[in-house]
Amino acid sequence: MNDRIPGFGTLAVHAGAQPDPTTGARATPIYQTTSFVFNDADHAASLFGLQSFGNIYTRITNPTTAVLEERVAALEGGTAALAVASGHAAQLVAFQQLLQPGDEFIASRKLYGGSINQFSHAFRSFGWNVVWADPDDIPSFERAVTNKTKAIFIESIANPAGSITDIEAVAAVARKAGVPLIVDNTLATPYLIKPIDHGADIVVHSLTKFLGGHGNSLGGIIVDAGTFDWSKDGKYPVLSEPRPEYHGIKLQETFGNFAFAIACRVLGLRDLGPALSPFNAFLIQTGIETLPLRMQRHSDNAKAVAEWLSAHPKVAAVNYSGLSDNRYHALARKYAPKGAGAVFTFSLKGGYDAGVNLVSNLKLFSHLANVGDTRSLVIHPASTTHSQLDDEAKTRSGAGPDVVRLSVGIEDKEDLIADLEQALNA
Amino acid sequence: MNHDSYNDAYIREILNTVKTVAMVGASPQNVRPSYFVFKYLAERGYDMIPINPGQVGKSLLNKPFVASLQEIGRPIDMVDIFRSAEHVMSIVDIILTLNPLPKVAWMQLGVRHDEAAARLEAAGIKVVMNRCPKIEYGRLSSEIQWMGVNSRTLSSKRAPIPTQGMRLSLNRSSVGGGSTAAADRVAQQNNKDKNDTA
Repeated sequence: MNDRIPGFGTLAVHAGAQPDPTTGARATPIYQTTSFVFNDADHAASLFGLQSFGNIYTRITNPTTAVLEERVAALEGGTAALAVASGHAAQLVAFQQLLQPGDEFIASRKLYGGSINQFSHAFRSFGWNVVWADPDDIPSFERAVTNKTKAIFIESIANPAGSITDIEAVAAVARKAGVPLIVDNTLATPYLIKPIDHGADIVVHSLTKFLGGHGNSLGGIIVDAGTFDWSKDGKYPVLSEPRPEYHGIKLQETFGNFAFAIACRVLGLRDLGPALSPFNAFLIQTGIETLPLRMQRHSDNAKAVAEWLSAHPKVAAVNYSGLSDNRYHALARKYAPKGAGAVFTFSLKGGYDAGVNLVSNLKLFSHLANVGDTRSLVIHPASTTHSQLDDEAKTRSGAGPDVVRLSVGIEDKEDLIADLEQALNA
Repeated sequence: MNHDSYNDAYIREILNTVKTVAMVGASPQNVRPSYFVFKYLAERGYDMIPINPGQVGKSLLNKPFVASLQEIGRPIDMVDIFRSAEHVMSIVDIILTLNPLPKVAWMQLGVRHDEAAARLEAAGIKVVMNRCPKIEYGRLSSEIQWMGVNSRTLSSKRAPIPTQGMRLSLNRSSVGGGSTAAADRVAQQNNKDKNDTA
């Protein structure tokens, strides 16, 4: 009776994109325009009043970007999505719909350093107060819940150490507290982990990483799972109460199970303004077409490199959940059975200096502050991405002074291992 | 029939074949969904009839308000019920007195009444519950994708160019697309909870 549900590879190529009705163009055209003409005054009014589907201005909607949005929503199993200028912008826009000044949210301590900074400083300046919890100690999330808690935030695979969060256990805490669970799924991508299947209500991404995949475009996205009832207890007035800027429309009543994505678009993106360029949307969606192929190769290469490193006499430890002796291996097998991703850390017996030497002697791995490129990347988090954290916070988030982070690319793994070997021996 | 989910062919066939639609609970206030769903469907060529006893003597987009389904005075293809679940049974009582019977009874997003559906189906009337015809039209035509919504359809065919500023015609050829299983599970659970407490 129900329609056949296509597989992940089919959705990665097709979801959101169809031949252009006027020209027949098969690739999605780049609608590089700021604005769209109205049919007449009535059409304009109904678009501004959220009463019709259509385009006004590229800060709010754009037909190229919309293809990217539907594609990621389909891959994550969400009802709708909103693409924005960066992963940081995705977090800003998502949280702005949920928190009022004085409210709190609970976040995992093990996060990308940039998120720790955003939550600790920028968000605090808005009166959105982060309370940290330890993903290796689930009861610490429960203990952090107060009557001001409005959301819980975790990473599925945490940056930089590649540890795996027990999403279902944190989702249970969120459900009990009556707040949505937000999962940053950047390092896993929906190919490896679909957080919505495990209880996430909102998924955010930096599209800049594996989804775009080629290290050429910044972008971020918010996916609405369509699972949270925003109107049950008045805690989320942005979604449940009449909106004065739209003549009293109630967003959840009007848009049902994709109301959160609409709120992010017509309130957050409209008023804060971090819109994605249509050209970036085009490059990112082209990248997504090969996501399943790339992600499998990234993960397979990472496992081979991690196994080789862990047998090397100069290596003190390798933190990759794809290795059977890793403390997160059981979680990796449960949540990411196809592979544990491409980002992990290791430490050298020679400490900080050996790490610095390794980075400077590598010839194929690029030393830079990104992950999720086709190219293999290396960085020393303590002196770069996590440098603004104090030493204790560095170690807690997996970025101690002796730690080197790799993002393993899709090159031939023998060449990557040879590069590491010559750099370790140099 | 199972009302937890509908396949696209069932909804598309309904939206492609009905012409005359009476909307029970149509509102003259232009910020209410029961106003702009009425308007959207009228713009897509449906012969819309607003039913609201409190507005008789006035018009909605040049269509005169009618007090009740029984006073329309001509056959209708579909009744779109824009009232909450507790009013559904009394509306069904009226629907079942109509001659000829409408082909379809559609209950809006958030409205589900399994007992009413069973009575309607026993009389040969197709039922859709807890859906919005505007959202379904936008989804199956993929027009809703402009808002980043998962249309749950895929197509490699060039769609016919429609009229009136619409993106694509409803008659586009498509197969099933990305599922929204988590949201569907929540909706089913909510319906079950409602029925258990009723």
